[in-house]
Amino acid sequence: MGILRRNNVRIIGQESGRTMILAHGFGCDQNLWRLVTPGLARHFRLVLFDYVGSGRSDLAAWQEERYTTLDGYARDVVDVCAELDLRDAVFVGHSVSAMVGVLAAAAVPDRIGSMVMVCPSPSYIDEEDYRGGFTAADIHELLDSLEANYLGWSAAMAPVIMGNPDRPELGAELAHSFCATDPDIARVFARTTFLSDSRQDLKTVTVPTLVLECEQDVIAPREVGAYVHAAVAGSRLITLAATGHCPQLSAPEATTRAITGFVEELD
Amino acid sequence: MSGSGPAPPPPGEAWPRIDTDVTALLEDSTEELYESAPCGYLSTLMDGTIVKVNKTLLGWLGLSREEVVYRRHFADLLTVGGKLYHETHYAPLLGMQGHVGGIALEMKVADGSRLPVLITSAVKRGTGGRPLLIRTTVFDATDRRAYEIELLRARRAAEEARHQAEADREQLREALAVLQQSLLPAGLPAVPGVQTAAYYHMASPIQLGGDFYDLFPLGDDHFAFFLGDICGKGPKAAAATSLVRYTLRTAALHGLGPEAVLSTLNSALLERYGGGDPRYCTAVFGTLESTGRSVRVLLASGGHPPALLLRADGRAEYLPTPGGLLVGAFPHASFTTIRTALHQGDTLLLYTDGLTEARTGEKSGLYGYDALQSFATELAPADPRTVIDALIRLLVSFGDGLDDDTALLALGRPRRSGTALSGTPAR
Repeated sequence: MGILRRNNVRIIGQESGRTMILAHGFGCDQNLWRLVTPGLARHFRLVLFDYVGSGRSDLAAWQEERYTTLDGYARDVVDVCAELDLRDAVFVGHSVSAMVGVLAAAAVPDRIGSMVMVCPSPSYIDEEDYRGGFTAADIHELLDSLEANYLGWSAAMAPVIMGNPDRPELGAELAHSFCATDPDIARVFARTTFLSDSRQDLKTVTVPTLVLECEQDVIAPREVGAYVHAAVAGSRLITLAATGHCPQLSAPEATTRAITGFVEELD
Repeated sequence: MSGSGPAPPPPGEAWPRIDTDVTALLEDSTEELYESAPCGYLSTLMDGTIVKVNKTLLGWLGLSREEVVYRRHFADLLTVGGKLYHETHYAPLLGMQGHVGGIALEMKVADGSRLPVLITSAVKRGTGGRPLLIRTTVFDATDRRAYEIELLRARRAAEEARHQAEADREQLREALAVLQQSLLPAGLPAVPGVQTAAYYHMASPIQLGGDFYDLFPLGDDHFAFFLGDICGKGPKAAAATSLVRYTLRTAALHGLGPEAVLSTLNSALLERYGGGDPRYCTAVFGTLESTGRSVRVLLASGGHPPALLLRADGRAEYLPTPGGLLVGAFPHASFTTIRTALHQGDTLLLYTDGLTEARTGEKSGLYGYDALQSFATELAPADPRTVIDALIRLLVSFGDGLDDDTALLALGRPRRSGTALSGTPAR
């Protein structure tokens, strides 16, 4: 199976425009970009994909040992970039994907020329002089929440998600599956996401970077946004008048404007 | 009474009497229903700010209206794990679909305890589809959650038990394979002027079979061979197989002829298993002696399917071994030795009934002796390796029809005499 199929890669927008990769975070899949893609597609060539294990990727390609580190997810990004032979692309990563982008950009610097980090957090757990917002116990509580909500998963969801990626008429049935995936895979992704510490990696970022944060975000509070902004040399910070961890859903116009404005200034 | 109201009762019948309690119920106000409904109600702005909440939910959470309305976000009512789930799953789904149902979360109660709930939310839209509010219903899921936790625990226990059972099965399979190997020769010895080939098919990886064969030197260019089938399967059959093999070998090394060897085995089985647990077998025992141009064969059978001789001239015929009874079943069993010779290009085939009693699918019939003879006739003349390879393909073609262990041993005089040729058992 090719990479495009494996990662459910979709390319839309301006064929001749600058290429922008949109990388979803933990929880859902590329559908999370749905409200911003129409605006962005007017200017850019958009590459959407699902990490292996999420959305409509090839679940058979998922291997626990690969996806227990963010490097495994970064390899997905590198694979997609190589398959499409991207150069100087804009990488837009939501949440944990911002850190995945940092790792991918370090691995293939010629392919990723700039970055937009949407609600990034390099580390979720509080430490002495760092406030990530959570304790290790909180993260275990999340894992319990995942489990409680996957009781009915295996029987009901598996056939819908795993089969028929080529049949769009199943879209309606898939409505509830944007954020549903194999519970074992979700648990690994959650653990990898929330127990990761990428603070040292931020120093490796040399490309122009925009940090987008929300006024109120439970997962990536303002202190974390400020930390990332300070750690990435020359980065810009924009605080959106939005609530929650998904400004691409709660404030799609403002998010689109911020991303478009940042990329236009690159030229 | 007019319009769409109920039709009047037929003459002679009265309206059912409405007592005062029912009247009170019918006069229940929507406001009262909202506040005291048996589920929690909550409305928030699109940013999650709580703007309306019912008495039921406030009571569950031990909070006053003043503490909540315009002061808290919906996510503030959740445990931290619930908040993370809310942000990574619930809010995105609601944003994309406008509604989410049946999500299991935990809410924080003022006294520090937690309330397991099931929540369902829908976005209320204004004119032009602009989202205005999120309406949420909250169901107390305490009992259900306890039940689900029990289900999860049971599922985990079942999964662990399954893993353990798989591991045990694998261990058993390995142990049995080793044990089965120990009952068969590791390889066949080189016999001057004779080509050999053998094959053993294990019908089940976890069930020891009772078929056996061997080929070994007696000294002075004499060799002995045997092949047979002990009744039953499993560890007891394996133990009996072991006794059979060593009895046959020992008797042969004492210089006994084939019929005496089988008589010795008969006595040994009766002596060992004569009590309440009889074990008997069918067996062919023979000796080989190379004599220049041909190989002299002495052969005795105890109730075993007849050996098949594939001749150099293309014929295939069974070798009748008269008088042979099951070995280990009767105190005074007698056996008869027959003589034959393998000339250049001849191959002698010994087999167990797994081959002839394989179900072939045609009317659930068995493969049978006629079919085997036809098969061998097609094949002849053929050297032992060719015969065994052809039979392996035949066994494979039986698929599920081959449900018993099968042992095959072929001995032949090659066309070019004088060279010591041998084969190793194929598995």
